[in-house]
Amino acid sequence: MTKPDRPLLSVDDLRVTFTLRREGDMPWTPPRLLHAVSGVDFTLNPGETLGIVGESGCGKSTLARALIQMVPGTGHAVWTDGTDLLSLSSRAMLKYRADIQMVFQDPLASLNPRMTIGQIIAEPLKTHHPGLGRDEVKKRVKDMLEKVGLLANQINRYPHEFSGGQCQRIGIARALIVGPKLLICDEPVSALDVSIQAQVINLLMDLQRDLGLAMIFIAHDLSVVKHISDRVMVLYLGKVMEVAPSRELYANPQHPYTQALLSAVPIPDPVAERAKKMIPLEGELPSPLSPPSGCVFRTRCPRAQAVCASEVPVLKGEAHAVACHFPGRLEGVERAEVVEAV
Amino acid sequence: MTIDTIKMRRLSESLAEGEVRGRSLWADARKRFMKNKAAVAGVIMLVLVTAYAFLGDYVAAYTYDFKDFAIMGHAAETGAPSWSNGHYFGVDNDGRDMFAVTAQGTRISLMVGIVGTVIAVIVGTIYGAVSGYAGGRTDGIMMRIVDILLSIPFMFVIILLLVMFGRSISMLFAGIGLLSWLNMARIVRGQTLSLKNKEYIEAARATGVPAWKIILRHVVPNLLGIVAVYATLLVPDMILTESFISFLGLGVQAPMTSLGALISDGAKTMQYGTIWALLVPLFFFVVTMFAFYFIGDGLRDALDPKDR
Repeated sequence: MTKPDRPLLSVDDLRVTFTLRREGDMPWTPPRLLHAVSGVDFTLNPGETLGIVGESGCGKSTLARALIQMVPGTGHAVWTDGTDLLSLSSRAMLKYRADIQMVFQDPLASLNPRMTIGQIIAEPLKTHHPGLGRDEVKKRVKDMLEKVGLLANQINRYPHEFSGGQCQRIGIARALIVGPKLLICDEPVSALDVSIQAQVINLLMDLQRDLGLAMIFIAHDLSVVKHISDRVMVLYLGKVMEVAPSRELYANPQHPYTQALLSAVPIPDPVAERAKKMIPLEGELPSPLSPPSGCVFRTRCPRAQAVCASEVPVLKGEAHAVACHFPGRLEGVERAEVVEAV
Repeated sequence: MTIDTIKMRRLSESLAEGEVRGRSLWADARKRFMKNKAAVAGVIMLVLVTAYAFLGDYVAAYTYDFKDFAIMGHAAETGAPSWSNGHYFGVDNDGRDMFAVTAQGTRISLMVGIVGTVIAVIVGTIYGAVSGYAGGRTDGIMMRIVDILLSIPFMFVIILLLVMFGRSISMLFAGIGLLSWLNMARIVRGQTLSLKNKEYIEAARATGVPAWKIILRHVVPNLLGIVAVYATLLVPDMILTESFISFLGLGVQAPMTSLGALISDGAKTMQYGTIWALLVPLFFFVVTMFAFYFIGDGLRDALDPKDR
């Protein structure tokens, strides 16, 4: 892919901090700070898919929600026209909401049970183009339904009359009806079973190719992310551990956390699965209320040294960036074998 | 395996043509409601009572403000219900035709119940949904206002209003309406809090739908089930309140009357032998109560099948 002169979105030092107050705290006690996302930088080019992976609670969803001001974030998220999305008032943000749409995790829960799917899909259209006539709206909704592989005559049906996969298609139709440039998919397939996952993923890839969409694809299923992403970003405790082109990351993971994640992916071949060397991670995800000093991963890292506790590793590298004091390939394990199967 | 291709083609054609009409959750609920015998019986009873209340005047041989002086004074002997003299439900001690008077009283009672409930539903739903959706400090202030109003003794305020501004039906409506929405607002706010975090609300926010539209389009329709159930149970409450006030003698003014006032009159003159003057309004009162409670139960079962 040729590099366009201007990225669609460039995020610089994005932070999301929640203040927590405990029940019974006095008004003057300082609130506890939860750093859900602490200093994330990335750029996203038009038409590119960025996969974001990480375990539960590492800030994947919060990061995405901060971009569209669903949760308050600080830092910069510069859109392709030079505006900083995070500095916009909610009124000024409205214009950009049509450009950035979102697909949610639970397909049925993301559709209002009291509305027909026609009304659901038309809602963003009516919000952003209030001048459109009734017939025009209906026509566009029907076109969109066909584009996502549903029958146009189902427009008057209700969400509970559809299966999970169909509901997710409706969710995608709702997101695409306003012609966004960026689609944020927040674990769009984790609530679906495997065969349906493949259908939805392929639909997303087809639509992305046809419409030239950029995507931020959040998931914890590494094989899904590999299939769909151009680049993958690994998050841990609100920090970027490693960013690399998809193929490169899976073939040559440099960060111990990425290596551990990849080794945990099951291989659908019992022989290979048994032969595979797992890299078990000790302990639990530390609390984001009191993250470890230095490198946040050091408490569970097999390579941790004294310097890891004192110095925060910076994200180094151009295409393949790693935030680790001791990056490198895993010694003595047949990485190729593991990676092939992913 | 052979597949009947012609049949299959017809099936696919019939699937492709014409818009399929979906079955909404409301339609499902209606179906479940119609299967509930007690609830349907409640609806039928309520329709009959309402028909009597609003059409009874045309059937009655006398008007509600007519006094039959021929019977007054010896109502116990000659005022019993009879077809021949046109007093179908008898005559009370004051010579009033019970048929006409009860129709008029039922009308007032139903109206008090329904007007009070309509105010409760509209004000309570909007207030509760706004408070719950806004959350934070706004929610706190709005709910504390409700708490303060709720801590004022309800009956005392209505009685005070009626005493200060004179007994009038509009004052009664105002008094009941003013206080009936408080509990509704609390219930709706609680529901809104749990609805607020649903993904479809988030989806609407993410796409930039303004807050008032989210409340009207996404929040309110999804809590109407609870509101409908609570409203049907609120109607008899309102009727009871009005009856109690009328029983105290502070309700509607003669010659207008209400079920509560009629029951009160009937109870006072029971000793003179005109027992029908008590039984007739009591019958309509009880039937109305039962009808509303049955409908409320039926609605709850129909709208929330999971909770059964």
